[in-house]
Amino acid sequence: MAGSPVQVTGTVLTTRRVDAYHALTVVAPGIADRFRPGHFVTVAVGGRDSSMLTRRAFAVHDVKPDYGGTVELVFGVRGAGTAWLADRKARDTLDLVGPLGRPFPLPRDPCTCVLVGDEHGSASLFALGDALQQRGCRVDFVLGAPSADRVFGALRARRMGETTTLTTEDGSLGMRGTVTDVLPGVIADARADAVYACGPMATLRGVTAVAAQFGIPVQVAVEESMACGIGVCMTCVVPVIGDDGVTRMVRACTEGPVFRGERVRFDDVGTIPFDALGAPGGRHA
Amino acid sequence: MTADLRTYLAHVELPNPVLTASGCGGTGRELAHFSDVHRLGAFVTRSITMAPRAGRPTPRMAETPSGLLNAVGLQGPGVDGFLERELPWLVERGARTVVSIGGGTVTEYTALARRLAGADGITAVEINLSCPNVEDRGRVFARDGSAAAEVVASVRAATPYEVPVIAKLSPDVADIVAVARACVDGGADALAMINNPVGMSIDVDTMRPALAAGTGGLSGPAVRPLAVRCVWQVHAALPGVPIVGMGGVTTGRDALELVLAGACAVAVGTALFHDPYACPRVLRELEELLQERGFDRLADAVGLAHRPAGAQPRPRTDLEESSL
Ligand SMILES: Cc1cc2nc3c(=O)[nH]c(=O)nc-3n(C[C@H](O)[C@H](O)[C@H](O)COP(=O)(O)OP(=O)(O)OC[C@H]3O[C@@H](n4cnc5c(N)ncnc54)[C@H](O)[C@@H]3O)c2cc1C
Ligand SMILES: Cc1cc2nc3c(=O)[nH]c(=O)nc-3n(C[C@H](O)[C@H](O)[C@H](O)COP(=O)(O)O)c2cc1C
Ligand code: FES
Repeated sequence: MAGSPVQVTGTVLTTRRVDAYHALTVVAPGIADRFRPGHFVTVAVGGRDSSMLTRRAFAVHDVKPDYGGTVELVFGVRGAGTAWLADRKARDTLDLVGPLGRPFPLPRDPCTCVLVGDEHGSASLFALGDALQQRGCRVDFVLGAPSADRVFGALRARRMGETTTLTTEDGSLGMRGTVTDVLPGVIADARADAVYACGPMATLRGVTAVAAQFGIPVQVAVEESMACGIGVCMTCVVPVIGDDGVTRMVRACTEGPVFRGERVRFDDVGTIPFDALGAPGGRHA
Repeated sequence: MTADLRTYLAHVELPNPVLTASGCGGTGRELAHFSDVHRLGAFVTRSITMAPRAGRPTPRMAETPSGLLNAVGLQGPGVDGFLERELPWLVERGARTVVSIGGGTVTEYTALARRLAGADGITAVEINLSCPNVEDRGRVFARDGSAAAEVVASVRAATPYEVPVIAKLSPDVADIVAVARACVDGGADALAMINNPVGMSIDVDTMRPALAAGTGGLSGPAVRPLAVRCVWQVHAALPGVPIVGMGGVTTGRDALELVLAGACAVAVGTALFHDPYACPRVLRELEELLQERGFDRLADAVGLAHRPAGAQPRPRTDLEESSL
């Protein structure tokens, strides 16, 4: 982990709407300093006497040096917590903890990378794209969502990427279909060396399968329900195969959220695989 | 003047009464990013089992109003992994470590106590009695005074005499005082309460239980009145037995409420998920509240709510300044 996480009470600098999403920029120096692409933060929601006990996790979309360091989050309204966040105004304060999680590993030498984002998953790809380009990598984007208003970051992707391919399930923008449908073509055309992906589990599973067909490495950032985000509660686990070949239930918040795609047992998410370490009636050593 | 916050679990002195709750502080390393583990009254480990355990499938958590349902299923490295990789770090950091143990049979609890008896640096052993008894069709030990007492007696016998044994009780019982008394008669040096009452939540969109396991343990402020009631009843019946109170403590006021009900120490669980600095903050707030109320010693506030209506708080005892 790049330095320890910190808790910061930050002032909201700006709020904006981006199609179906809300973006909040918060002054959070301690977090911005330590940020690396792939990190996330957790936000306390509902105010001081909130009945919502768990912090909400969000990828960091962007950090800027203004005011000692700001972080920007991008989110869609899903339930009461994100609805409360969407009501925040400039000068309100927010309680953040971060940066959290294991960031994206970067290639040592320049290479060609395809960055795949499904819905709000795109949010964490741009800081990654910057870091890759600084290392001389070529970056191609594949962004998708069910409908046009939920494709996040298309403009920025077009500016940054060598190519940008957009998909929507209803065909309202780009190609009709999903990111996994177009990915083989993009990898082949770009002669890509590596894939990075953020999005729902099902998308990550599909992306990992495509990368495997091409025999190229894939890094995925998973989203699992988290009660703490700091590694103490054990609620966020996913079955992941370790270097020793043994499957363990590992914490997405601290050992992840970024994993090598082929190490995540996507088909077994939501179960305890019978051969996982410590599985009932299973292996015990 | 600062208040004297020392407290005792049987004969073991803790410098302050704020502990982590079992299963809520990780291995200790995760919290150490935010505050020193050696400043805690004690660090309580997750419940350690004999073999490594993968736990329950996800989703393991669901938020409820002022509460949290969890079904982690005691995921952990097993006692060997704990002794190899987790305890040494806690000892090295100078954390007073209370090791929680969980088992499915009396034999398993006893075997765990024996394994721990050989290890250095254990401040106390806490028995998580909210585990299903595989020999009694999965009925949890904590629901049955005699099964609980049997576990306590055998763990007590296997544990070095200088290490206190704490029995952790569940509120899901008809008569918590009866179970508490059985545990004390079985040899428990102290009691901890409450473990999570069992709850359930159904997602009305998917029309399925929100947790993969179906039911889960409820924690957080939602359960605090239940915790206060349990501590109150047990302290009234067994005033000499040290009680570690827990259940929804998020502030110093909450901690003081449990102290006034009869707890001599309090543990913070779910609040850590929201505020990783919760333990030092709760301690600071508790100290301020005691001072505001004129207490020189935490001990003078323990169980004070039990005094008859209209009676004044106990006079302070200040032996050092006595002329005698
Ligand atoms: C590492 C990580 C990064 C994320 N990044 C983003 C992002 O950049 N933009 C974005 O819009 N969303 C992101 N999410 C999802 C976001 O955390 C949830 O949408 C949010 O918690 C929903 O809260 P709510 O109160 O509105 O919804 P509710 O459904 O009412 O939430 C109830 C509970 O479920 C949990 N929960 C619900 N959905 C999710 C989910 N998908 N993932 C994790 N926990 C969930 C909440 O934390 C809360 O405890 C991320 C999640 C994780 C784990
Ligand atoms: C995620 C989670 C895991 C827990 N794991 C354990 C455990 O392993 N052993 C145990 O005795 N209690 C466990 N508990 C119960 C707590 O130690 C505590 O008794 C209870 O949560 C009430 O305190 P709180 O409201 O402050 O969390 C767990 C609670 C939570 C929320
Ligand atoms: S969210 Fe608590 S351990 Fe990962």
